Amino acid sequence: MAKITFITTDNKTITLEGTSGSVMQLAVDNSVPGIDGDCGGVCSCATCHVHVAPEHQTKTGEATEIETDMLELNDYANEQSRLCCQIEISDALDGIVLQVAESD
Amino acid sequence: MSDILTKESICVVIGASHAGVNLAFSLRKEGWEGSILLFDKDPEIPYHRPPLSKTYLSNEEVNVLKSAESYQKENINLNLGVLVRSINRTDKTIMLSDGTNQAYDKLVLATGARPIIPPISGIETATHLYPLRTAEDVGHIRNAFHTSKNKRVVILGGGYIGLETAASIKKLGGTVTVLERETRILARVTAPEMSDFFMNLHAENGVEVLTDKNVTAINGTNGVNMVICTDESQFEADIIVIGVGIRVNSELANSAGLVIENGILVDETACTNDKDIFAIGDCTFHYNPHYNRHVRLESVQNAVDQAKVAAAAICDKHPVYNTIPWFWSDQYDAKLQMVGLSEGYNETLIRKEESESTKISIWYFKDDILLAVDAINNPKAFVLGTKFIKDGSKIDKSKLVDVSVPLKPDELLFL
Ligand SMILES: Cc1cc2nc3c(=O)[nH]c(=O)nc-3n(C[C@H](O)[C@H](O)[C@H](O)COP(=O)(O)OP(=O)(O)OC[C@H]3O[C@@H](n4cnc5c(N)ncnc54)[C@H](O)[C@@H]3O)c2cc1C
Ligand code: FES
Repeated sequence: MAKITFITTDNKTITLEGTSGSVMQLAVDNSVPGIDGDCGGVCSCATCHVHVAPEHQTKTGEATEIETDMLELNDYANEQSRLCCQIEISDALDGIVLQVAESD
Repeated sequence: MSDILTKESICVVIGASHAGVNLAFSLRKEGWEGSILLFDKDPEIPYHRPPLSKTYLSNEEVNVLKSAESYQKENINLNLGVLVRSINRTDKTIMLSDGTNQAYDKLVLATGARPIIPPISGIETATHLYPLRTAEDVGHIRNAFHTSKNKRVVILGGGYIGLETAASIKKLGGTVTVLERETRILARVTAPEMSDFFMNLHAENGVEVLTDKNVTAINGTNGVNMVICTDESQFEADIIVIGVGIRVNSELANSAGLVIENGILVDETACTNDKDIFAIGDCTFHYNPHYNRHVRLESVQNAVDQAKVAAAAICDKHPVYNTIPWFWSDQYDAKLQMVGLSEGYNETLIRKEESESTKISIWYFKDDILLAVDAINNPKAFVLGTKFIKDGSKIDKSKLVDVSVPLKPDELLFL
């Protein structure tokens, strides 16, 4: 079981518990604003963009090439960016904080 | 004068798939306080359709659009296994399959489309012949496949659904033949170079894809089907999957007197010719300002984005649907991402990131205007193409095909 905290673009804090599946699915199931997951998690839509706090990046691992490519021209992307459909939930994620990225 | 919408107002949505479900949740985001009632004849909790032809044949878990609890949380009334029979615009009611009526203040048609079953002689004699649109269809295909001894699968139609299904069934260990009537696969939607790419990809993976195969008859005896083409070639099949296209579910709208033109005609706010009735998703024929014409699209992007626009319009905001269409397809290890509408192109440029690589992008131009990009294993080309199309950027074509020039906006544009 992992406790995962989302901070929305209007600064609300939502803490959820998950055991399996992707972080995107957990967020969508709980209607976290700003995470739509339109493509169902196949890295095609970039509607699941989050920023991982630097101190938690070891827990989530680094973005893959395809994630960085998808965010290449995104004004709100930085080194902390991840597409959270690509982050699998496991106990290792317990306690992480994710900032939901802005979008146009 | 705009209507006064209150907590007592009722929004009824017919069809609970990508378009209908997204509309319901977007309505709440836009501040709709009244009731939201979603109806679908499918008894299954609404799910993502793209995985049906990609992963769902091997992975039996449906990928739900929203969890059951989220409907409750947002106070969205989800009614499954209920068919809507008719719309009465004078009374502002709909009639359900059990004969009861439901009143509405705003009505949204998100009825999507159904597969075309071609009028092939003897098709009714076939055993294990299935279309592929719903989770139930895939359930049938999967069961038939697992109980079949020889596992010979013939797929009619070399479009995305046919090809994705071919790849999925091959992965499960079947013998797969795809029969396409046209001279090349994906003829309607892509350039010949793309057709070649996918022909080779399937050949390398051991799937037989045959073009110029017009199926005229099916002869099903003793559980084995013989699929017969005009050129007299014949194919034995234990299972037949039909993937030859869709027909829009516009009958409800039509009999209610709404304007139909290659789909339900809607304006840039997804509104029909009745100000209280909206239509979204696969069932619509809508204006795309960027391409300056009406289009009908079959994509998740269109369903989701039109849902957002309609929700805003219903809440009396004034949105305009002005998105560049995009689409994806996954087959084997190839990830295809497409953006824009290529129709009307007079030039294609192909960029291969390295020689022999499978990182390819095809850029469709009409003179100097970029219309569309097909990117295989190359998200950078996809996002860059999206930007260029949106901005109407003028691209230096000689640089675009020169792979030593990086795929970056300032490298590729005329300054
Ligand atoms: C196998 C498959 C793979 C696909 N792959 C991709 C892909 O990779 N990328 C992509 O972008 N798109 C893909 N698509 C297309 C995408 O799924 C559709 O564009 C999308 O589902 C359209 O959503 P919709 O809500 O408009 O219509 P639909 O999904 O067709 O839903 C319409 C709903 O309305 C219901 N309905 C209709 N009439 C009535 C009635 N009278 N009463 C009650 N209910 C009714 C139906 O039961 C249905 O659930 C794929 C589609 C399929 C089938
Ligand atoms: S859900 Fe589409 S990229 Fe993550």
